[in-house]
Amino acid sequence: MGQTIVEKIFSEHCGKKVKAGEIVIAKIDLALAQDGTGPLTIKQIEKLGVERLANPRGAVFFIDHASPSPRKELSNDHMLIREFTRKTGAILSDIGDGVCHQVINERFNCPGYILIGADSHTVTGGALGAFATGMGSTDVAIGMAYGKNWFRVPETFYFNLKGGFPRGVYGKDLILYIIGMIGADGATYKAMEFGGEALPNIIMSERLTIANMSVEAGAKCGIFPTDEITRGFLKEYGREDKFREIKPDPDAEYEKIFEINLSDLKPMVAMPHTVDNVRPIDHPDLKNVEVHQIFLGSCTNGRIEDLRVAASIIKGKKKHPRVRMIVVPASRDVYRRALKEGLLEIFNDFGASINNPGCGPCCGVHQGILGDGEVALATSNRNFKGRMGNPEALVYLASPATAAASAVTGMITDPREFI
Amino acid sequence: MLKGKAWKFGDDISTDLIAPGRYYHLRSNLPELAKHVLEDARKEFAGSMNKGDFIVAGKNFGLGSSREHAAIIIKLAGVSAVLAKSFARIFYRNAINVGLPVIICDTDKINERDELEVDLSKGIIKNLTSGETLTFPPLPDIMTEILKEGGVVSYLQKYGDFKI
Ligand code: SF4
Repeated sequence: MGQTIVEKIFSEHCGKKVKAGEIVIAKIDLALAQDGTGPLTIKQIEKLGVERLANPRGAVFFIDHASPSPRKELSNDHMLIREFTRKTGAILSDIGDGVCHQVINERFNCPGYILIGADSHTVTGGALGAFATGMGSTDVAIGMAYGKNWFRVPETFYFNLKGGFPRGVYGKDLILYIIGMIGADGATYKAMEFGGEALPNIIMSERLTIANMSVEAGAKCGIFPTDEITRGFLKEYGREDKFREIKPDPDAEYEKIFEINLSDLKPMVAMPHTVDNVRPIDHPDLKNVEVHQIFLGSCTNGRIEDLRVAASIIKGKKKHPRVRMIVVPASRDVYRRALKEGLLEIFNDFGASINNPGCGPCCGVHQGILGDGEVALATSNRNFKGRMGNPEALVYLASPATAAASAVTGMITDPREFI
Repeated sequence: MLKGKAWKFGDDISTDLIAPGRYYHLRSNLPELAKHVLEDARKEFAGSMNKGDFIVAGKNFGLGSSREHAAIIIKLAGVSAVLAKSFARIFYRNAINVGLPVIICDTDKINERDELEVDLSKGIIKNLTSGETLTFPPLPDIMTEILKEGGVVSYLQKYGDFKI
């Protein structure tokens, strides 16, 4: 029997042929932690009594969640991270460099890698054909200290994608559609593998969005095979030499197969308070929903392609007076490109507030906490009660196009009216 | 043997409900953070639970972020185990890693305030209030071993490596 992508990657990292269901010890190529989970990772490494990391250049610490720091307690956590990376030779990505999942894929992650991260959206790395998964601080500490950890090789759900995205529909809409279909625990413990003839129509920024949200269906990873699009992305970041072919065997064994025709999709919105509470944009539940805050950014949708789509919709317009719009480029590189392409000027003229690269208001730490009863439309990935800092607020999730259209009208709006 | 009262929670209790982002700055002060455990799901829980009590929830407990702090503060608050119909993947592993027992069982059979007695090694839950007995499947060997040592750090301190 052939192997899935995940079985192949684990086989390479265990030195023997493995299959789904096996518990294995695998070598870790790359491990990340951020400022919310990193301090505990560091304490656990110290507790394990390990002074030299197995591979310091494969251990990356990000200061992105509370960045710049809004409180002295967090500033002290940041100091701990800076000191630890200086001492051990681990890599530091500091304030203004960007969200961990964007930067790790621009600069470090490679096809065929095993990447673990003390952040659930580490799964984003699956877009490059890596096995990338989120773990707790302690498991990442073990990975950094020993260069390995134990895993159960997951069974795989295969998503056979056909067709192409219609106008106004993006990777975000596809993954919201899938989560709505299978539920927030629909893929718990499973790998989600994406493939099919639609792949050449799914650019890297969309793949990153899709892989990013695989965890919202409970998945252990969301993974794509590699192709010319992967090569092009690596080349863009001066890393073409890291390209290699990753694909499943034709007779790989899948636990479930789903067929989706992208051409049938509409813009989708996740309603409060769960990510699987999804409706198509023309559903009656989304009629007349007034919005107070639009958040364009995050590891899900803060890439240059996202900013371009949003800018093209709002160009020459003014935001609705009720709305405030917060734009957060996902990385320094995205920021630089947006600056160069004139996108930041468009956002500024529109009346948006442009923040430094980082997580911004996504997880409710700072930079845009909602008031009681307020409604946000965010391009991020979670809308749990309290997610954006206030359990009395409501968070809707949608694509950058839907977010931009809604910023113009002040209501949740079908972006196809603007494109 | 674990003994205590049941505190019932619904489905999809996220890590944002367990350890809210607005207390982000308390992550390096876990005893303080533990005072807010599950505050957005049941406000009275942290203040009124007794040491040894159980969290008894629906499906997909612990979904969301990887914050291990969520599992740690449940343990620090004195909860003896979390019982749920199912768990989100990262939370489940984190719980074992920090030495917090997590049990998959049919929690519809347990009511708020029921007095429970749990035998982890035998996989038996005795509901002393209803008189009913529930069983649950054992963990994979590696997880049983980690839990036995009180968490993965003590496990590795003892054995120096994983025994698989
Ligand atoms: S942008 Fe949001 S989801 Fe992504 S890493 Fe930051 S806090 Fe997490």
